[in-house]
Amino acid sequence: MSTLTRHTSAPPRPSVRGPARKRASTPRLATTVLLLGALYCLIPVAWVVIASSKSPRELFTTFSFAPGSGLLDNLLSLNAYAGGQFWQWGLNSLLYAGVGALASTLVSAMAGYALAKFRFAGRDLLFAVILAGVLVPGIVLAVPQYLLLASVGIAGSYWSVLLPVIINPFGIFLCRVFAAAAVPDDTLEAARLDGASEVRIFGAIALPMMSQGLVTVFLLQFVGIWNNFLLPFIMLSDQSKYPVTLGLYTFLSKGAGDSDLYPLVIMGSAVSIIPLIILLLVLQRFWRADLLAGGLKG
Amino acid sequence: MFAAPAIVFFVVFLIIPIGYSIYLSFRGFRVEGGGAFGRRVETWIGFENYASALTDPEFVAGLGRVLVYGVIAIPSVLGLALLFALLLDTPRVRARSFARTAIFIPYAVPGVIASLLWGFLYLPSTSPVNFIARELGAGPLDFFGYPALYFSLANIALWSGVGFNMIIIYTSLRAIPTEIYEAARIDGANELQIAWRIKVPLVAPALVLTGLFSVIGTLQLYSEPATLRPMTTTISSTWVPLMKIYQEAFMNDNLGGAAAASVVLALGILLFSLVLLRFFQRRTFGENS
Repeated sequence: MSTLTRHTSAPPRPSVRGPARKRASTPRLATTVLLLGALYCLIPVAWVVIASSKSPRELFTTFSFAPGSGLLDNLLSLNAYAGGQFWQWGLNSLLYAGVGALASTLVSAMAGYALAKFRFAGRDLLFAVILAGVLVPGIVLAVPQYLLLASVGIAGSYWSVLLPVIINPFGIFLCRVFAAAAVPDDTLEAARLDGASEVRIFGAIALPMMSQGLVTVFLLQFVGIWNNFLLPFIMLSDQSKYPVTLGLYTFLSKGAGDSDLYPLVIMGSAVSIIPLIILLLVLQRFWRADLLAGGLKG
Repeated sequence: MFAAPAIVFFVVFLIIPIGYSIYLSFRGFRVEGGGAFGRRVETWIGFENYASALTDPEFVAGLGRVLVYGVIAIPSVLGLALLFALLLDTPRVRARSFARTAIFIPYAVPGVIASLLWGFLYLPSTSPVNFIARELGAGPLDFFGYPALYFSLANIALWSGVGFNMIIIYTSLRAIPTEIYEAARIDGANELQIAWRIKVPLVAPALVLTGLFSVIGTLQLYSEPATLRPMTTTISSTWVPLMKIYQEAFMNDNLGGAAAASVVLALGILLFSLVLLRFFQRRTFGENS
């Protein structure tokens, strides 16, 4: 098993000397194409950061990648919008993604552990149904979920966005793969002989052993919830409960025909993606993509 | 039992909504009683909702658009992700970790914000491409016209999705024992042959996984066109099936119709996924034997 971080420091694979003349151009070409790809991925981010420094007039008159003079003004007007509502949206996104992903990871870990380590009637059927759940497009569920939550009176509340994201079939699937690989049966047996309760075994032994995989499941779900648009869009009507994505969307919808709001939208986009990119860069080393790739072989 | 919370959530937020959706899709309003005093009563109407969904020109046109978009977007996302992963895995490549990180960064950008960014890059008054075109004396380029719009949208999907898929494919490339390559090199294979004949077939499971996620994600296209809509008049309020479903459910109060359309869309996604799985399975098994 290898983590991504190891690859960064890993030297290129030693290769047997072949016809060197022909192969010398391959790494250079590969590097060029990769750098072009990197440039393509960075340009929109660079653009939004630069554009956020432009005053409304500069936005439409100066060259796109020339910095402007309105950075502070834009930040202040974003801050002032509807009494600081933008920051409220940010906090909401953090709440939905943080709490939702945490709860989802715990539920997935428990289910994955049970599916991997216990024999019970209907286990294979349950696993098959959950696997099929991976294929169900979330969107088909959103409308009936809204109707159901509305009938119990919690549509439009924080709960209406938090509860549906707790179930994550793919997370359960990954947790099962990981519990099967990382938690030895012998250890569980030994703990049982020592008289530990099942809950204690799970909490004190299995969870720590699965922790690396759980971080991946958490990150996947965190980004998934943070990026989710349709669920909050359908569930919420009160602007003060919006996550950032929905808030910016309403900004732009209002800004149609009113280009004064454009700088605000651009500033808002810049402010909301920068922390996320930093988070991604920091957490990248905990990210176990081999778990995702290996999962399908099971 | 540890699986209990998962089962409860699974039933409440997956099974019941699916069942409810199917139930609703067979329900509709009928006028009961005669003349001006007729009441609208919700009742069982059989496959009527399905018939009207499948004959609704807006819905069918939306399905067609999503299909065109998918045919452009899915192969380009997967193809480019595979290419980048193979390049990252090529010996003696420079700036490896920089390129990998930079290409992965868009994964952290929500679809709505990605659409906003690209939207501004497309918008004639703020686009750098158009700025250059203007300076050169050329007319403005229209990123929102037909057929450019499909490519504009597919480009957003490409930008958002290529990094994530690349990481998954790259990781499974790293899991291949290097002895295989050494053996191939001794046999005189060059890097291109190794990539195409050895690496690609061996990462086929990762390709299936990424392909499956791409198909499911693509056919649920919603937030990108919805975000771009204020910027252009080309995107109607029912441009993709999901926009149509949303409108039927929440604006036209036609829950049965919306449910039937969702079921049609879900079945379409399922069918598409299965065809893809089959295709890849045959390919992998075919090359193994």
